[in-house]
Amino acid sequence: MSGPLLSVAGLSKRFDRAGGTVMAVDGVSFAMEPGETLALAGPSGSGKSTVARLVTRLVEPDAGAVSFEGQDWLALRGAALRARRARLQMVFQDPLAAFNPRATVARVLDDPLRIHGIVARSERPRRIAALLERVGLEASLAGRAIHEISGGQRQRVAIARAIATKPSLIVLDEAVSALDVSVRAKIVELLLDLQREEKIAYLFIGHDLGLMRVAAHRLIILDGGRIAEQGDALAVIDAPQSAIGKALVAAAPRFFRTDREAS
Amino acid sequence: MTAPLVSVRDLGVAYAGGREARARQALHGVDLDIAAGERLAVIGESGSGKSTLALAIAGLLPGTAGVAGSIQWFGNREGQRSPPSVLPDISPSRGEISQSPASKPLISPLEGEMSGRTEGGEERPSKDTRTARPGRDIGFVFQDPAASLDPVLSVGEQVAEVARAHFGLDWTHAYARAADLLGRVRLPDPRGALRAFPHQLSGGQKQRVAIAAAIAARPKLLIADEATSALDAIVQAEIVALLRRLTEEDGMTLLFVSHDIALAAGLADRIAVFRGGGMVELGSVAQVIEAPRHAYTRALLDAHIGLDAVPLVATGQAR
Amino acid sequence: MSAALFFRMPEAVVGAVILAALALMALAAPFVFPGDPLAIAGPPLTPPFRDWALPLGTDRLGRDVLAELFHGARTSLAVGLAAAAASLAVGAVVGTLAGFAGGLIDEALMRVTDAFQTVPGFLLALAFVSVVGPSLGVVVAAIALSAWTGPARVARAEVLSIRERDYVAGARVIGMHPLEIAFREVLPNALPPVLALSSVIVAAAILTEAALSFLGLGDPNRVTWGGMIAEGRAVLRSAPFLSIVPGIALVLTVLGVYLAGEGAVESSAVRRSLS
Repeated sequence: MSGPLLSVAGLSKRFDRAGGTVMAVDGVSFAMEPGETLALAGPSGSGKSTVARLVTRLVEPDAGAVSFEGQDWLALRGAALRARRARLQMVFQDPLAAFNPRATVARVLDDPLRIHGIVARSERPRRIAALLERVGLEASLAGRAIHEISGGQRQRVAIARAIATKPSLIVLDEAVSALDVSVRAKIVELLLDLQREEKIAYLFIGHDLGLMRVAAHRLIILDGGRIAEQGDALAVIDAPQSAIGKALVAAAPRFFRTDREAS
Repeated sequence: MTAPLVSVRDLGVAYAGGREARARQALHGVDLDIAAGERLAVIGESGSGKSTLALAIAGLLPGTAGVAGSIQWFGNREGQRSPPSVLPDISPSRGEISQSPASKPLISPLEGEMSGRTEGGEERPSKDTRTARPGRDIGFVFQDPAASLDPVLSVGEQVAEVARAHFGLDWTHAYARAADLLGRVRLPDPRGALRAFPHQLSGGQKQRVAIAAAIAARPKLLIADEATSALDAIVQAEIVALLRRLTEEDGMTLLFVSHDIALAAGLADRIAVFRGGGMVELGSVAQVIEAPRHAYTRALLDAHIGLDAVPLVATGQAR
Repeated sequence: MSAALFFRMPEAVVGAVILAALALMALAAPFVFPGDPLAIAGPPLTPPFRDWALPLGTDRLGRDVLAELFHGARTSLAVGLAAAAASLAVGAVVGTLAGFAGGLIDEALMRVTDAFQTVPGFLLALAFVSVVGPSLGVVVAAIALSAWTGPARVARAEVLSIRERDYVAGARVIGMHPLEIAFREVLPNALPPVLALSSVIVAAAILTEAALSFLGLGDPNRVTWGGMIAEGRAVLRSAPFLSIVPGIALVLTVLGVYLAGEGAVESSAVRRSLS
């Protein structure tokens, strides 16, 4: 396949609020190559979550074009869309809210396998065990209920679910933001591992600039629904050009700030 | 060291089992003194007990929680008064406000006795000097600003209510004080904000309102329980700066609970690190950051990915 | 639902005991009182506690009141449970479809719900039974005809909120079919508040059935408490026990259903924790 994996052009979405219309996303365009990590950062209200929901078609755009794996992504509907979804998956921020409260780990992983017919029914338990081991969990966890396992384990299950259908792109919507710092590093390690082995591209939405700087290839900074700055992640964060970029970098917590700004 | 404001000795807290959770020991054997006027950060991950400590000191634990040990409050000692919350043009350091117990400042911003920017009111004498009065002695700022504000009351009403309840002000004076407070927390258009409802404000603005309500009764201790965790980095830095300024101006003591040790390092004088219900380290910021004694503290520091860390991927080109 | 919590509540225990007694009566009826309860068992209008073979006496035709009571329990319980089950099932499905689909489907279904809700339930049941004819199945359908609207609204409200949750989005992202999402992911989680209505519906169904039977519109081949009360009306002055005994049974049953239902709801309520 030649050309970018994901190509977004002029994406726009408006929401009607009391007191006027808000352009949550306003003419956003970007592209992603296979196997790369593109990070999306920005202050609250910058539209980064909305971009995630637009790319995964949880919400339909008002304007713009999206091409995924060479196909018109927005034109797909119904059964055709559902079938192609196997290639574009998502991991959510809150690992508890991301699952049906009554689900067990086995059921969570069985669903995508069943829906897309990845393996025959008799093979599924074996595949579930393999998926669990791939994300660093014991195969015996399959019988446990989602609310019984820890937050870090839950997020690993979420990642297992996302890779079950062998996607080429995973949208990580603040996927490590709700985890403890000590757990975060291991999950990021797992994600980068999977990326290297399976050549999965990540659209990484987050607010931890330090993390994005070390884990992402490229970075886009959004502000008020528009792209304020984009480029190599290291370059953008080490030397931001836009006002919002500079503000975000300045606001990142660091040890012993020498400049205690006047409030 | 000067006498502490709060003295925690051998504190243990156990939550009763219920429909949702098993009974569990959230804190055990905590010994801690909080000095008057200091900024103490309590750092820990989930399950460390840091929020439980904050709730215990504030007296906000559920009725079914079992508490062992003691929390002593020394804020109401004879001769000690809460410093009046004043703005720069009238300050205690310039001797313009008398601190003697004999005088009762009854200064109303409406009567123009000061330059209209001080807060005053009748002190309600406390009958029990050994227990902290919630709201009056201790202010609390919660993590979720949307949940800590009543959605059906206007912002002004909620802040004014605190002043009314503790100082017996009538509504006019209380609203005037509320406008002052909203100005102090740097809300744009404080007078207009009085009429606004929480859903009309952004997350950062809501948190400013929550802080205003927390300090409205001029508490001696302000507890911020993950108060910035739900906010984005820029707003977070602003709120931290706001907390620093307010505590400096008022001489308030600050207990700042967070999971982010780097954030706390920029605000606190001392850091206490909690893990699994117990305190593992306590020391000055410099000591904890540069020479941590406990391996867990070291692990927490190492887990922080600063803007100078080594990249894990080769940038420039993907793959 | 936590059994431990349930049994710690005195009201819930009382309710459960009453319901258990009722269920026992219903199940034991054909064994303890074999034969037709409508058969003559002794001299007519025998007062209760006079003859120990007929502990609660006999009615105007000489039928054993206690046997009628036991067999009547079967009818009441059967109708109550069946009507509640039917209305909860129909209501839950309609509410889920409306809440999940939204748009025109939601509007259309809600207008239908409005229509059924504005007609007084008892009158609707009365009309239905009069037209179709009295039999147990028809009585059940008649009661469910108006009782389904409550569960429908509650289900829809729950679904509207659940629809926005991350796990529904997650189900969409993995490519689950909307109907599967609605009935496998959403509906089971929308059920608890709907089920909370069940005790009220069962109680109301039992009362409605009794009222229909009282008016002579119940199944004529079955013994029902309502029918017994109607029978006793003619001799209310001389033999009040004929109406009072089934009346007491009715009151206790409704009380039992209500208390046990409340207990079930209380003990399954999930409290949001402080942390």
